[in-house]
Amino acid sequence: MSFRRVLMRYSGLTVHRSRALHESAHSAQYGNVMLQKMALHAHTHPDHHPGIQRSVVAAVAVGGALGACARYGAERLWPTGGTHFPWTILLVNTVGCFLMGILMVTLKLRFPDAPRLISPMLGTGVLGGFTSFSHYTDGVRRLFEAGRPGYATGNLLLTVVTCLAGVSAGAVLTHLVLRGGYRPQGGTR
Amino acid sequence: MTWLLVIAGALVGAPVRYLLGVDAKYRLGGSFPWGTLAANAAACLVLGFVARGAVDGGLGSNVHLLLATGFCGALSTWSTFSYELLTLTSARRLAVAAGYLVLSVGGGVGLSFAGAAVADVVF
Repeated sequence: MSFRRVLMRYSGLTVHRSRALHESAHSAQYGNVMLQKMALHAHTHPDHHPGIQRSVVAAVAVGGALGACARYGAERLWPTGGTHFPWTILLVNTVGCFLMGILMVTLKLRFPDAPRLISPMLGTGVLGGFTSFSHYTDGVRRLFEAGRPGYATGNLLLTVVTCLAGVSAGAVLTHLVLRGGYRPQGGTR
Repeated sequence: MTWLLVIAGALVGAPVRYLLGVDAKYRLGGSFPWGTLAANAAACLVLGFVARGAVDGGLGSNVHLLLATGFCGALSTWSTFSYELLTLTSARRLAVAAGYLVLSVGGGVGLSFAGAAVADVVF
């Protein structure tokens, strides 16, 4: 994947802005007046690391906090500690994956021009903070250590199955609703 | 109070995962999601340590809420992970998808045990 596409994906840069960056870098090779534009660009994006914008980082942080609170609320409602099967985190992760499938396809098909902070806030932030891979592996370890290898293996495999089924179902159903047919995307991210 | 601890941890964990993704793309390029892999692996290691420390080491429930529920919970993700797997599969990169899945799950469980083992030594 090209550097420009990486920038677009992770910074939320619009096509227009990204192209401007690309063009000004290109022009700089020839030493013309576009250098002035580059200086302006550098001024509007003062972050050291290319592709990082503070507004996107902030949106991910706020979304992540909201998602984590929702997960914590679920854990308080349905506590599953000790040697119990960790149904709550399994449900949280499955629902989060299902919603991620819906969100990504909806943004792609219906709202390609959505405000640039929407995807980082809702996807990377809210759903990323809601679901937790580490709580999944923690549950597997805890069950192994509690002498319940059956539960541990069951959790290990069942989570993979339900989460992959969840994200696939979300994506396919949204494709069906919005386009009347599912077509594999074929692209890479 | 407990909610504030979770929020504080997540306010750090989620952006760290995002920044790991940006940094991995920038340094390594390609389409393999190294950033998510690194975030999930790190969270599994830290959570293994904190979970064991909270039970046996007297870290306490406040530290557990801040670092485990908040930070590690937001640092790691299943939703982005699953969508990356779906995208790899849709692109017919089945071997890469399978490798990513096995590496994440196997590595994550292993690192969870490793974190707990470190806590056993420390506490």
